[in-house]
Amino acid sequence: MSKPEKETTVEQQIKRRTFISFGLFGVYVAGAVGVWRWLYKSPEEVPGITGGTRAPLRKALNKTEIFFRRLAFNENHLVKTYPKEMAAKQVRFNSDIGTEGVLPPEQWSLQVTKKNGQVLKITLDQLKQLPKTEIIYDFKCVEGWDQISHWGGLKFADFIKHFGLEEEAKMDFVGMETPDQKYYVGIDMPSALHPQTLLAYEVNDKPLPGRHGQPLRLIIPVKYGIKNLKRIGNITFSNTRPRDYWAELGYDYYSGL
Amino acid sequence: MRWTHWVNFPVLTIMIWSGMLIYWANDEYSFTIFGHTFFRFFPDWYYNLLHIPHRLSEGMAFHFLFMWFFTLNGFFYILYSIISGEWRYLLPNKHSFKEAWLVVLHDLNIRKTAPPQGKYNAAQRIAYTSIIIMGLGSLITGLAIYKPVQFYYFTWLCGGYHLARIWHFVLTIGYVFFFLVHIFQVIMAGWNNFRAVITGFEVVNEQPKPAIETNNENEQA
Repeated sequence: MSKPEKETTVEQQIKRRTFISFGLFGVYVAGAVGVWRWLYKSPEEVPGITGGTRAPLRKALNKTEIFFRRLAFNENHLVKTYPKEMAAKQVRFNSDIGTEGVLPPEQWSLQVTKKNGQVLKITLDQLKQLPKTEIIYDFKCVEGWDQISHWGGLKFADFIKHFGLEEEAKMDFVGMETPDQKYYVGIDMPSALHPQTLLAYEVNDKPLPGRHGQPLRLIIPVKYGIKNLKRIGNITFSNTRPRDYWAELGYDYYSGL
Repeated sequence: MRWTHWVNFPVLTIMIWSGMLIYWANDEYSFTIFGHTFFRFFPDWYYNLLHIPHRLSEGMAFHFLFMWFFTLNGFFYILYSIISGEWRYLLPNKHSFKEAWLVVLHDLNIRKTAPPQGKYNAAQRIAYTSIIIMGLGSLITGLAIYKPVQFYYFTWLCGGYHLARIWHFVLTIGYVFFFLVHIFQVIMAGWNNFRAVITGFEVVNEQPKPAIETNNENEQA
């Protein structure tokens, strides 16, 4: 025998529905707080090629990068260039990690490790004999500032061709390090081969000064400044990501623009 | 509609917070007229209070994850508004811009009577439509700063990289103002209204209609 259900008054219906809704809302708030706490307190990734970021956030950074690269990356997307007069006379200087002081030019040569283990030693004069490319573009720092600056050097793609590195260029990454190996970057190959990527030896028509990476630096406009390695000592190629100074300290490995 | 509202609140809060972690690394904006700086974003005590300094990479990691939720939530909101037909209550119509002033005057207790309204009044229509356009603006200016080379057309649309960053910042300040006014209005509107945003229904005390119409006004009916 079931009791005949009492007819609920409007007042009771309001009370009941309010109760249920607020209950659900409470569950939602508790859930949201729970998810946030989990994320905020999630452990840091195991230090390796990348480090210094909460593990789930690193995963998200990598996935987001791949998404945007597939969606939009195109080597025909060129960085905007400007007339020469707009280039800054005083080029902003942020850091000299790995490039303190001036390196005597006779002590420097660029070391390129080929796939077969052979090491090429290339002098600055050799590089200067190749066609020079200049670019005046808006250099962008991960901190948020930007500055129009004028660089001269040779295209990385030309460099690959001239020194017979086509096989190496089929690999996924380029690694570059300063001579003292204190600063190092890893670059995905499509960005390295982008037509505006330069091995630069001039700024404002003059040889690079010490603080801007004398004698040879990377200018890669499709990346933030942190990837524009100063004073290149050696170049390597690999299919796994080379070590990267700022990626180890919590920044996005790719830092593409 | 209610759900996207309550999803947006924490997501936008996280976006603003992580945005401040990023902004700190190059905090160059100030409010300056004729060379006199009235206000600089932000004072040191403010940064220190909120533990903002030296967290750029952390801010970027959070910002570039929650941007997804912000965008998807906005997308669902717009999609729902279109499918359900709710947009009819939300988009300003030809009377809205005139009536909105009357609403403002009414809310400020300058005018006694409020103009007639449906689900949302004229000022609400304008405010709630603007906030969606602002959201879209944040998305576009955000993409313009995030990938200025790949999304060069967005950067161009925003008037360049510099200006895009400024717009992105200004929109955020706009959200904060919206929030302050919004909270004030919610408090003024009272409990029944707030409950409606959670439960989805509103309690209206209807006066029982008199059986015999004696009122002159109803003669035409």
